[in-house]
Amino acid sequence: MSSSLGNQVGQLARRSVVRTLRQPAQIVPAIVFPLFLLAVNTGGLKDATSLPGFPTDSYLTFILAVPFIQGALFSVMNSGTDLARDIETGFLNRLALTPLRGAALLSGLLAGATVLGVVQAVVYLAVGLIAGAEMAAGAGGALVLVLLSVTITVAFGTIGLFAALRFGTGEAVQGLFPVFFVFLFLSAMTLPLDLLTTDWFHAIASVNPVTYLLEAIRSLLIEGWNLGDLALGFGIAAAIGAIGMTAASSALKTRLVRT
Amino acid sequence: MSEQRSAGRSIASRLDVARGVAWRSVHNFLTNPAFLVPALMFPLFFFVSFAGGLAAIGEVPGFDFPSGYTAFQFVFVLLQSAAFGGVFTGFAMARDFESGFGRRYMLAASHRSGIVLGYALAALFRAFVTWTVLTTVALVAGMEIAGSGGEILALYALAVLVNVAATMWAAGVALRVRSIQGGPLMQFPTFLVLFLAPVYVPLDLLSGWIHAIASINPITALLEAGRGFISGDPVLVAAAFAIGLALSLLFTAWARGGLRSAEAAG
Repeated sequence: MSSSLGNQVGQLARRSVVRTLRQPAQIVPAIVFPLFLLAVNTGGLKDATSLPGFPTDSYLTFILAVPFIQGALFSVMNSGTDLARDIETGFLNRLALTPLRGAALLSGLLAGATVLGVVQAVVYLAVGLIAGAEMAAGAGGALVLVLLSVTITVAFGTIGLFAALRFGTGEAVQGLFPVFFVFLFLSAMTLPLDLLTTDWFHAIASVNPVTYLLEAIRSLLIEGWNLGDLALGFGIAAAIGAIGMTAASSALKTRLVRT
Repeated sequence: MSEQRSAGRSIASRLDVARGVAWRSVHNFLTNPAFLVPALMFPLFFFVSFAGGLAAIGEVPGFDFPSGYTAFQFVFVLLQSAAFGGVFTGFAMARDFESGFGRRYMLAASHRSGIVLGYALAALFRAFVTWTVLTTVALVAGMEIAGSGGEILALYALAVLVNVAATMWAAGVALRVRSIQGGPLMQFPTFLVLFLAPVYVPLDLLSGWIHAIASINPITALLEAGRGFISGDPVLVAAAFAIGLALSLLFTAWARGGLRSAEAAG
């Protein structure tokens, strides 16, 4: 393998993308499961739009933000499980014998998550719009939405990489799924923050970063261009990604020292 | 007389097998945090998220549930935890067969139906543990119960039937697939049938395709009866118990078929 960083990243990215695309068991649930919940929630909660202060008369438009976050949760599992498998099968040990840089390994491994993130975002948006959701920010907003969704997916993916490197088993990575689901469930997922009438729930949702990721996506769908919400959404995603990447780099160093 | 004695011995032997299998499953459940924590936490998160995050839904025009939204959602989460207690036991069964432990059960058991019975008893135990925690949290959160003691017992009896039906469904899959890879096949249909019922609002407030599906979904009758019990206004009682029994019997036959399949596989 060439020592140039670009070539190293490219080789690993290609492997990561091909591996992701060859595993329908990773792709299908990541697309179908969020769409199923979208359909159920839209059907079951559409009367919520009659609550005073609800920001839109289309519950589908409101809840369409949720699949993008659920899809990103699958990214934690997919990127982490793939790396854990490389650790369990000894592939990482073999990579450690090459002049491969840690940054190349981590960036390359996220390529599969990035491609899946793009596919997920396009499918969720297309299904939502076909079903009658609105896109207040227009075509440009759709592009920004896909970009934001991929940023969130990659950010969550870094946490999957950290878990795999820290614990070394796919089972441990799978165990993270409920933890991340808690963040989604304790956010302004099904109602806007202002309509969360239970005090303690409102307090938790107010400090939960997932609430602001949802609000950034919703701003494009419901309001149009709300630069404050968008900046907050991108900023939180970038911060999660930076923290995840730093933690994963540190865990990689520790693991390579062990091997 | 000797036939009666032989039948008695057969039942006793079956119960011995069931007791052994149940003890091991319960021991694994209680001593391994990886099994215990999700079983307790998942229903609690659903309850907290639905009852806390959706409390405003109780103010939607036409929503008229006397015991409030917390009690309305408690019934759904109770039945959901009953179903998933059964599914998670199916996972344990599949894992045992994948690792070869199930095969050792099959060789050692004098009456193999006792193996399935043992897993079913373990599923019921783990459901009781979950229900105890869930009910305590709901009461601490201020859930109003208008139903009488008998009605609340009837609510838990419905949950037992759901647990038995789900365990038998998952056991049938686990015994046929004999690998944890059969997990999604146990889980996804259960999830689907539960969420295609009136989860967030009563059936009358649903419309369109979801109303059509919820109207013919057997879980709807169980949910409505359960919500009737907790609010002291029982509805669809006979239908709900008939459906619960029918599902339990149907999936017991399915699990028996799975047992035969596992026996044939050796």
